[in-house]
Amino acid sequence: MTVLKSRGRSWAGLLVAMSLAAVLSGCGYNDFQRLDEQTKSAWAEVLNQYQRRADLVPNIVATVKGEASFEQDTLTKVIEARSRATAIQVTPETLKDPAALAKFQAAQGELGGALSRLMVVSERYPDLKANKGFSDLRVQLEGTENRITVARNRFIQTVQDYNVLARSFPSNLTAKIFSYNVKPNFTVQNEAQISAPPTVDFSKK
Amino acid sequence: MAALLRWATLLLAAIAFMANAQSAPSQPGADGLQAIPALTSHVIDSTGTLSPADRQALESKLTAFEQSRGAQLVVLMVASTKPEDITSFAQRVGDLWKIGRQNIGDGLLLVVAKEDRKVRIATTKALEGAVPDLAASQIIDTAITPRFKQGDFAGGLNAAADQLMARISGEALPAPDSPRGAGQSRQGLNWTDMAVFLFFGVPIGGRILSSMLGRKLGALTTGAAVGGLAWLFTSSLLIAGAAGVAGLVFAGVAGLGALGRGSALGGLGGFGSGGGFGGGGGGGGGFSSGGGGNFGGGGASGGW
Repeated sequence: MTVLKSRGRSWAGLLVAMSLAAVLSGCGYNDFQRLDEQTKSAWAEVLNQYQRRADLVPNIVATVKGEASFEQDTLTKVIEARSRATAIQVTPETLKDPAALAKFQAAQGELGGALSRLMVVSERYPDLKANKGFSDLRVQLEGTENRITVARNRFIQTVQDYNVLARSFPSNLTAKIFSYNVKPNFTVQNEAQISAPPTVDFSKK
Repeated sequence: MAALLRWATLLLAAIAFMANAQSAPSQPGADGLQAIPALTSHVIDSTGTLSPADRQALESKLTAFEQSRGAQLVVLMVASTKPEDITSFAQRVGDLWKIGRQNIGDGLLLVVAKEDRKVRIATTKALEGAVPDLAASQIIDTAITPRFKQGDFAGGLNAAADQLMARISGEALPAPDSPRGAGQSRQGLNWTDMAVFLFFGVPIGGRILSSMLGRKLGALTTGAAVGGLAWLFTSSLLIAGAAGVAGLVFAGVAGLGALGRGSALGGLGGFGSGGGFGGGGGGGGGFSSGGGGNFGGGGASGGW
């Protein structure tokens, strides 16, 4: 009888330990930790690549300035957009606040737009096109823009995974208990511009 | 007691289910995009442009480089990447293949879209220092496009491979451990879940089975079940065999504690299920990705 009793107790202990393991791996607590860290590192990568672009701008501006007749308007827009984009303070709270994220995205989008405009305009200046330094900068800018795209895509994907986990059952209960809220994500910023077909104008040169 | 047993089996099943659901890999949907060919060798030419001799020469050059330096270079020739541009296509290929050694991630991808007349060198993050965008662009401009313009695809690819290999050789990367070793079994296996499962599930499962079937048969069945599960998760007979033996030993030890007797026959059974080793050893002949490459968008594109 005593043998049976002690056996029952060890059974119960094992069951408790097992269900604890099941709860820990089943309720998604560990997944939340993993995905939360992943979003942070994906975000760091996004910032890193945006910074890389911002660092390139002064070199591009300096090179373009050498071309005396270069469109001043385009150039000033790039300089202004850069200073606006780098003026935004990015804190860990930016990741939680949809408005702050949207503001950050808008500023970076503006810089991207101004830069691509500058690159298009530069095609009209044969001296600039033949300039080795400028074509090197162009390659670097292209690579940086590409890295930004990849980093943004990965960030979007990670946030999506996190949000799905935070919303679906049963992990949403864990999210409620530990207050893991849905994170704001990047959006397509200029939907109207993208959906409109591009206009091609050959009248100038 | 019977109810307890039922609960235990239910819980076990739930754990197994969760571990399984997590390890399912996500496949990119190929809706309207170009299909990515299977990674079978260092040189994949789906256009049939390279002659077998040229292809073989380039292949052995890249294989030799991988054996001596460890870095994985892959050349992919496709007809067209439309509707994507070559940059996004190369990115998709890189994300799928993940070429480069595990934990080092030194992979490099050279994609040629023959009909689009576009070429791209895509570098993993580990090689962005060895082959910066500017260098990649220079290699495209000096080695690839002049030869491609004359229709000399093999010559262009060879020259590019030489320059890329020279650049990567200058980088202080870890030497390869063995001619054909690192990065074999990199399935979507979640080791932590597996360990949790082994630590909690096996003693309980072993006990249940021992009490139902007797300790010898119970230990054997537990070993077989763990082996079977491991095989299901990893689809590798080698790991399954090892897990089966581990499960058997676990169950044997658990049985020892609970029932106060060792199971000599259980140990014997372990050698029996070790037969999985023989079967699982094969499959090392062809080229396979190390699975560590992380393509962050580095590289350069060009056209001819």
